[in-house]
Amino acid sequence: MASPIADYLLALADDELILGHRASEWCGHAPILEEDIAFANLALDEIGHARLWLELAAKEMGEDPAKYPDQQVYFRAPDDFRNSQLVELPNGDWAFTMLRQYMFDAFETQRLDALSAVNHSGMAEVAASIRNEELYHLRHTQAWVRRLALGTEESAARSQAALNALWPYAQQLAQPLPGESQDVPSSSDIFDAWRNMVVPFIEECVLIIPEVSGFIGDRTQHSDHLAPMIADMQEVARVEPEAIW
Amino acid sequence: MVMQTLPALTEASVWRALEEIPDPELPVVNLVELGIVRAIRFNADAVQVVITPTFAGCPAYEVMSEQIRARIEQEGAARVEVVVRHDPPWTSEWITEAARAKLKAAGLAPPPRHTGNLIQVLLEPVACPRCESTQTSLRNSFGTTPCRMIYTCNNCLEPFELFKPL
Repeated sequence: MASPIADYLLALADDELILGHRASEWCGHAPILEEDIAFANLALDEIGHARLWLELAAKEMGEDPAKYPDQQVYFRAPDDFRNSQLVELPNGDWAFTMLRQYMFDAFETQRLDALSAVNHSGMAEVAASIRNEELYHLRHTQAWVRRLALGTEESAARSQAALNALWPYAQQLAQPLPGESQDVPSSSDIFDAWRNMVVPFIEECVLIIPEVSGFIGDRTQHSDHLAPMIADMQEVARVEPEAIW
Repeated sequence: MVMQTLPALTEASVWRALEEIPDPELPVVNLVELGIVRAIRFNADAVQVVITPTFAGCPAYEVMSEQIRARIEQEGAARVEVVVRHDPPWTSEWITEAARAKLKAAGLAPPPRHTGNLIQVLLEPVACPRCESTQTSLRNSFGTTPCRMIYTCNNCLEPFELFKPL
């Protein structure tokens, strides 16, 4: 049975899932072995978080928590995903990957802090349990963003280009999630807390925050990059839907 | 046909049996001393084992549930239910002193105690599990499993892993 809380949980899960899948695309391709390992871990963590949110959504919907996550991940059409566009953009170069991951990790720690205090059985507990894992992500990506932004002329230029490209997409995080009610923290408040956290850091990295004009759209709208990524992610499952792993 | 009679299951015997299950990824320690098993309950028709998984993305968690079910059935339980509980979330503070010693003996630095202040503890030096030197460098915040990170000891020059404080 559909419910606003389930819609909300699905959007939380989709952010994690899509960013996790993008992270997994570095597996075997990262510039150094340590980062290959790091991104495989980031992917595993984010996808694990998506599963926890989906299991919770299953309970809200009266669905089987053992089956519902796979159904949503492997058999949903791209138009039905509710992730932010920030997480679906292709990985780009290393500066883009790191800055996007940092920006989202920072947003997520703020969102999880707020969700840890929510009065809903299950949601606060899951938020608290994944929050400390995100601290490891944040520490790692923050160090890389600083290193690249303050590194060579080329790495600084690439970092600035990444910020120019990502900043407009980040604004979408201020918009309410589907099913966002007064019982959950407001995305716009979380976004303000996020700005207070990342703007001083970006300035410390001597990067210039670009002017933003225009509106990316809400979470029912996606870039052209999402559908091919979903097709790739769902390919094996759709060939053999009844397969047992 | 002669039925083999098993001794009656008690809470203590179930705990003892669970202590025999090695962690799938860290077999030197067991599921109880890692703090994963939280409670044991007896229902009318089933033994319930309440577990709190460690890291959310840990792929070992399904294997653990299967091992628990099989081991307690072997003890004579007709039905075993593995119940997952996230509240309170798992923390490395639950790893027992005995398990910490076993991890260290296996060359894996145990997670530093943090009493909730994770950010502070991550700034403190980590001792090499082999030579005890605190002249160590972090090589990677991520390692071979979600719960480890990689260091090098600048004194004995050996690489080692640290079980992440969580």
